[in-house]
Amino acid sequence: MLPRLRVAGRFDLTVAAGTCVAITGPSGSGKSRLLRLVADLDPQDCGVFLDGVGCAAMPAPEWRRRVAYVAAESAWWAEDVAAHFPDLAPAGRLAAEFGLRPDLMAAPVRHLSSGERQRLALIRALLNRPAVLLLDEPTAALDAATTLRAETVLRRCLAAGTAILLVTHNLDQAARMATRHLVMRDGRLSE
Amino acid sequence: MNPILLQPRDIAIAAGLIVLDGVLSVALRLRIHRQLAIASIRMVLQLVLIGFVLRFVFALASPVATLGVILLMMAVATREIASRPERRLRRFGNEAVGAIAVVVATGLACLLALTTALRPTPWYDARYAIPLAGIVLGSVLNAASLALDSLLGGVVAERSAIEARLALGAPMRLAMGPLVRVSIRRGLLPIVNQMSAAGIVTLPGIMTGQVLAGLDPLEAAKYQILLMFLLAGASGLAAVGVVLLAARRLTDDRQRLRLDRLRGAGTG
Repeated sequence: MLPRLRVAGRFDLTVAAGTCVAITGPSGSGKSRLLRLVADLDPQDCGVFLDGVGCAAMPAPEWRRRVAYVAAESAWWAEDVAAHFPDLAPAGRLAAEFGLRPDLMAAPVRHLSSGERQRLALIRALLNRPAVLLLDEPTAALDAATTLRAETVLRRCLAAGTAILLVTHNLDQAARMATRHLVMRDGRLSE
Repeated sequence: MNPILLQPRDIAIAAGLIVLDGVLSVALRLRIHRQLAIASIRMVLQLVLIGFVLRFVFALASPVATLGVILLMMAVATREIASRPERRLRRFGNEAVGAIAVVVATGLACLLALTTALRPTPWYDARYAIPLAGIVLGSVLNAASLALDSLLGGVVAERSAIEARLALGAPMRLAMGPLVRVSIRRGLLPIVNQMSAAGIVTLPGIMTGQVLAGLDPLEAAKYQILLMFLLAGASGLAAVGVVLLAARRLTDDRQRLRLDRLRGAGTG
């Protein structure tokens, strides 16, 4: 069976549907660059395939909708939270599962804590129902209990067939979530 | 009626004001006194020089010489537009973007005026074509440099917001849309200010000049109105032109944000 995500070339990385591959490693070793490359946000020097279909065979916006990159620092382009969500009802339901207050959806972004922003950025990506999630330190700003809540939601995505590539500094999280754990050093992946 | 001719002493007194600007810049740490000094010295040299050149070219009455002077003016305007923003597009991108906007916007506005409203004989008469190109270029320079500066500065400041939208599957057109609109607006603000203040807060330069030179105020006003429309049209074309052309250079066929094509910017 074809892997959900395959990065050919110098990384030679595959992530099967419903599994999570965790990548740890020192800062600056190229973990975020790998995620950006897979999301086609940076020019690629290696082949990236979704269910066997090459990235170039798909319009870039469609690729990025299906291979969703969630950056470590969430970014916002409008003043209010609501403006970032095309459909508020499902966003509100997911927000509750992440332990967010329902009135946050009506708040201005600048009133949000970094943890609230991080979870909302993740929700924003999940609403597109991506086939692959590229998560860069998704719970770095969250406390232990909230982190577990977020992982519960992510585990449900895995059960639905999503493949997750997870960059984290949290080794416990890597152990809880990942079926395979890789280490990035100087732009190279190893077991 | 003869204009009142200026003496060098009159100009020297006015130059005291630019010194005042310099003092303010130092006192308030605006770090613009160097630019002010260079700009004012350039302005004096350029204007004296162009006075002599225009005398000469008017006397020549040759279309080739006229076109040459206009092209030179366009080249200088392009350089100004290109050098104003802090950030530069690589491979002379600022220059290329500026040149296209300058030539198209100025060319269209001047041709329209010379062939419909002014109609001197011949239509390319240097006495009309060169001053007209000059005043249009001034507005185009203003609009294009502000718009380009806003876009190139904004794209760096808003990089993560633009990429967040791209990462959610938004096309580049949508992700860059707010910045593109803000930048074009910024380019058009000077002409909007100029038009709304015209005649109330300020008497515009051309009209002032013509009134000082003895023309009937109403005739001068009509001239000024025509020019304002030309300037507004040219500014709009120039601002839209530089912003869209520069935005195109900041993206690629995979709708990525290519800040590596900017110099003086963190490329991550």
